[in-house]
Amino acid sequence: MTASTTPADQAGRGAPPVRTERGVRGVQPVASMLGVLALGLCLVLSLDVVSAAVALVLELLLLPLLRIPPRTLLLRTAPVLVAVPLAALSIALYGRPSGREWFDLGFAHVTDGSLALALSTALRVLAVGLPAVALFVRVDPTDLADGLAQLLRLPARFVLGALAAVRMTTLLGEDWRQLSMARRARGVADHGRLRRGASMAFALLVLALRRATTLAVAMESRGFGAPGRRTWARPARFAGPEWAMVAVLVGIGAVSIAVAVVAGTWRA
Amino acid sequence: MTVVSSSGAARVAFADWGWRYAGRDAWAVRGLDLVVEPGERVAVVGPSGAGKSTVLRAVAAVLADEPDPDDDTAAAVQGSVLVDGADPSAVRGRVGLVMQDPEAHTVMSRIGDDVAFGCENTGVPREETWERVRSALGVVGLDLPLDRSTSRLSGGQRQRLALAGVLAMRPGVLVLDEPCANLDPDGVVQVHDAVRALLDDTGATMLVVEHRIGTWLDLVDRLVLLEPGGGVAADGPPSAVLATHGAALTAAGVWVPGAEPAQGSSRSSAARRADPSARGSSRSGAGGSSPSAAARRAAPSPDRTGGTAPDAPGAASTVRPLGGAAVLLEARDLATSRGGVLGRGTAQRVGSGIDLGVRAGRVLAVTGPNGVGKSTLGLTLAGLLRPAGGTLRATPALAPDAGDQPVRWSSRLLAGRIGTVFQDPAHQFVARTVREELAVGPRALGLDDVDDRVDELLDAFALRHLADVNPFTLSGGEQRRLAIGTVVASRPPVVVLDEPTSGQDRATWQAVVDRLGALADAGTAVVVVTHDRDLVRALDADEVVLAADGARPVVPGPTPTDAGPGLPASTTGAGPALPASTTGAGPGLPGPTTGGSR
Repeated sequence: MTASTTPADQAGRGAPPVRTERGVRGVQPVASMLGVLALGLCLVLSLDVVSAAVALVLELLLLPLLRIPPRTLLLRTAPVLVAVPLAALSIALYGRPSGREWFDLGFAHVTDGSLALALSTALRVLAVGLPAVALFVRVDPTDLADGLAQLLRLPARFVLGALAAVRMTTLLGEDWRQLSMARRARGVADHGRLRRGASMAFALLVLALRRATTLAVAMESRGFGAPGRRTWARPARFAGPEWAMVAVLVGIGAVSIAVAVVAGTWRA
Repeated sequence: MTVVSSSGAARVAFADWGWRYAGRDAWAVRGLDLVVEPGERVAVVGPSGAGKSTVLRAVAAVLADEPDPDDDTAAAVQGSVLVDGADPSAVRGRVGLVMQDPEAHTVMSRIGDDVAFGCENTGVPREETWERVRSALGVVGLDLPLDRSTSRLSGGQRQRLALAGVLAMRPGVLVLDEPCANLDPDGVVQVHDAVRALLDDTGATMLVVEHRIGTWLDLVDRLVLLEPGGGVAADGPPSAVLATHGAALTAAGVWVPGAEPAQGSSRSSAARRADPSARGSSRSGAGGSSPSAAARRAAPSPDRTGGTAPDAPGAASTVRPLGGAAVLLEARDLATSRGGVLGRGTAQRVGSGIDLGVRAGRVLAVTGPNGVGKSTLGLTLAGLLRPAGGTLRATPALAPDAGDQPVRWSSRLLAGRIGTVFQDPAHQFVARTVREELAVGPRALGLDDVDDRVDELLDAFALRHLADVNPFTLSGGEQRRLAIGTVVASRPPVVVLDEPTSGQDRATWQAVVDRLGALADAGTAVVVVTHDRDLVRALDADEVVLAADGARPVVPGPTPTDAGPGLPASTTGAGPALPASTTGAGPGLPGPTTGGSR
């Protein structure tokens, strides 16, 4: 540009802004995603207790490296933590019966076999769920989008559209708050919670559509969806740290399989 | 790809151009002949429905519908619009568009990424993209780290961000569709100065639409008045058009500088003189050095110098049903916070040390810079948010039969006492038709004259012809009128409005002012949260300026001669900093009327 450019930092004017995130947090999220997928694949190959337990123990040992506050971790993993006992319980009751029988309720049998299966399933869900949640607690959707588009070559239109949608969902919470306050102010919030919810959901939809239309216009006016090659302002690298991330996650899977095989519990 | 790289200002030419939106019978624009030469700066004005936005969107190639000559219900186009002799959609990137709603057109979540977005789309190499991003942010004066989140920007900053995004694409035409409609005066100045810098930098052609056209008059060299149904009614240098068509412009809803709006209905100074106590705090002289003392002095009600002040019961006993100055709501050392309903975690405290009284028959204007919690205070006074500290008390005059904490009242009880008009009227619509919408309040209160009230309001708010229309499909001005109507229908003694005039053309503005004036004259306590100086003046309101550490009243003095709505001349820095709000109210500082509020 012309004379108006400030004299400062002439050297690095064309350089992309350096992200301050370093270490594990600076890893391109696509690497974490691929790694977690690979780990999940390793863990569904067998249904034994040992492999799942080994994977989970290794993960718990590595977890402090991510430096996630325990409270945050607990909150984010809450859905997994709730789902695990429920899944285990239903498998314990309804899993294929084998071995010694503990209860027989007619429609449900609790046996040695079903208990073992329940335990291994619970451990397995945790072993896959924990890294899936923990590695994505701090992920910036923009970084993920960059990776998906530049590294995995997903269509830019789709990725950026989804990214914009994710950003807009944060506005929905505020809309909902305004809607519920408005209902209270108008004197219709004392009864009929269900009907009120439906009318608020409708209003929320209208607001979201209106906002989406504006955003679409804004994006289009800046050349989004124009024909021609699109460039990417932010580099998405897949280098040392990314390979290391994949290696660690695949390694967890490999070690757990190996231990199970050695222990003789491996059941393919 | 024909975008970018070609630099210099572009030429825009409409030839007998017209546009009809899909599903509409009437043409939004028809028979428009207009040529804007490269580097010209044109303000487009006209009444609602003259198709100003349509014209701008055509230039930016963002008219949503695809014209189809074989389908009667599809959009239709006639004539041609050309940018540098080419179809606008073929030269995307040559035209930069900035629209009204700052919230809705930020694309990315980091500042740098948002500015870079347009460059990426048009294939600018990475190195050059960041060069452009940095220099564009410099031009618009947005001196923030590139990885700063876009969600925490003020309205003025967001619009400057949008301008930077446009600038980074090296536009030949800058198209501004009411960029300042939702901004506070400080934001208007920021955007104005950023646009000037952008134009100095690029020499681009400019087309701007704004109700308060005074903002742009120093930058434009041509004023074009559009007529509904097509065509140019007047075209020439701004001074000439203003001189010859001033009345027509005012009639068209344009804010013509120099033609100040009249006071709302019967809000005369006589009514004010009848109630000398309303500006009680004007007696606060110098002295008092602690912030809390300053805040205490700040309260507009004289009867609240202490919790057990002897005159407090006196005030309660002088309750007059109409036109009196009875205090209905009283805030003492009130702190407000935006609560987190949807698991947002810790509530965010945004205001504290607020003392004020809401009086029957008076208009209380809450003003102050963006981000000090004006809206939050409004919602707290309205009994919708829980005070984060201090007390908000409903006096027996307002609630003889209920507790004194509005936030604890049932929805029905609240609606009968405090009505709230939200900033975005769409948030408060609950019914399928305008008629039902007006009936909701009275019906919830179990009144038996619902139909009479609705009929009366349909006429009073000029909504009769829309009675069976869905509220969501109304225009902005109509929605605003309906929102006020729905609240008035319940006839609450207190009405709280959040930015009731933001983004309105002059006709709607006047209608809103008239209604609010009439409400206050009839004895209702009206609280307006606003940055609209004209509104404060027209309603002859008691003004409370909110700052980070409390609320200060504006001491009535010689009204500063105003250079018209939104004229940026008087203000200095366009910096993002909020004036004085962080440094404290400056105990005994005499100047809130001049600096902070303008």
